Amino acid sequence: MARVVVVTSGKGGVGKTTSTAALGAALAQAGEHVVVVDFDVGLRNLDLVMGAERRVVFDLINVVQGDARLHQALIRDKRIETLSLLPASQTRDKDALKPEGVAKVIAELREKFDWVICDSPAGIERGATLAMRHADIAVVVTNPEVSSVRDSDRIIGLLDSKTERAERGERIDKHLLLARYDAVRAARGEMLKVEDVLEILSIPLLGIIPESEDVLRASNLGVPVTLNNPASAPTRAYLDAARRLRGETVVMTFPSQKRSLISRLLGRKAIA
Amino acid sequence: MNLFSFFRRRRSAPVARERLQVLLSHERGNGGDSELLAVLRDEILRVISAHLTIDDDKVQVKLERGQAVSLLEIDIEVPGRLDQQIRKRRRPAGPPLLPAPST
Repeated sequence: MARVVVVTSGKGGVGKTTSTAALGAALAQAGEHVVVVDFDVGLRNLDLVMGAERRVVFDLINVVQGDARLHQALIRDKRIETLSLLPASQTRDKDALKPEGVAKVIAELREKFDWVICDSPAGIERGATLAMRHADIAVVVTNPEVSSVRDSDRIIGLLDSKTERAERGERIDKHLLLARYDAVRAARGEMLKVEDVLEILSIPLLGIIPESEDVLRASNLGVPVTLNNPASAPTRAYLDAARRLRGETVVMTFPSQKRSLISRLLGRKAIA
Repeated sequence: MNLFSFFRRRRSAPVARERLQVLLSHERGNGGDSELLAVLRDEILRVISAHLTIDDDKVQVKLERGQAVSLLEIDIEVPGRLDQQIRKRRRPAGPPLLPAPST
C-alpha cells in the first residue's frame, strides 16, 4: 500500500527540498520504490538538488494537462534505480495546477510506487495546499527559530483542516523534522531546544538534523545528502528518520555537544 | 580524513557554479522548452506512425542538456520485428506522404 508524504513548513528556506531529496534517497536506498514530486511551480529546485536538472523533459503540469504521459515526465535517478523524480514546471503560472489533475496524478503514482514524497512550496497558497491535499503523512520541517515554529504551527492547522484525510474525518500522521539544529548553541541557551519546539508544536519527533556543512556540499554537487557522504551526521539523522517513517522504532540520537580540541582550548565553539 | 579527501572536499563550489551556468543558459534562452519538446515528440511520432503502430506508453523522450551540445533521444519500443511491422502497415495507394523529390 503506497504512502503519500508531504514535506512542508510554511516558511521558506528551512530545508524542505533538502529533506525531500534526503528522505526519498534514504527510503530508496532501503529498497523501496520512491518518487519525489516537486510542487513548487515556477520555482522548481528539487531537480537541481537531485542533480537531474539537465534531464528534465516534461513536468507535473504537462502531465496534469495531458500534454505528456506520466512515465514520460518521470526521471529515473542515475544512482539509485528505485528512485524517480517528477519535476515541477518552471514557466507556467501556478493556476495551471488543477486539483482534479493533481488527484489523478497522485492516484497514478500510488499505483507505481511505495512512497510518493511531495515537496511543498513555501507559503500557504495553492501549491502548498495541493501538495498536502492527498497526503497520508506530513513531515513538518522546522528550524529552532521563532518564525519557523510559528509558521509550522499554522501549517499543522491546515493539515488538520484542508487535507482529504481531515475532510473525511480521518487522522493525518504528522511528524516534526527539526532541521539546522545546533546543539552547542541550544546548550548555551541561544537557540530553542528540541524540548521547547516539541512542547510548543506537540507533534511527534521524526528526527533532528544537525546544522552541517555537508548539506551545502551535497546540494552544490546535486547529490542527496544521504548519498553524498554516508558517514556524515545529517546522513545518519536522515537515515534514522526514514527508518522511523517505515515504522521502525529507532532510538533518537541527539546531536552531540562534543567540541573540537581547539575550540575547547579556546573555551568556546570556534564558529558561533 | 586523509590528505586526498581533504583536497577533494573543497571542490564542491566550482561544480555548483558550472551546473548553474549550464542550467541558466538554457533557461534564459527559452522559457518553455517543454512545449517545444512536446511539439517535436508529436510531430516525430506522427511521421513514424504512418509506417508503424506505436503505443504511446512505449515512447520515451530523453534529454541531456550540455554546455556545447545537448542530446535529445526519442526511444520508441516496437513489438516484434521492425521490417514485418513496416510491411504490415504499407500504405495503400494514395497521395504520397511527402512530395516526391523533383528530378
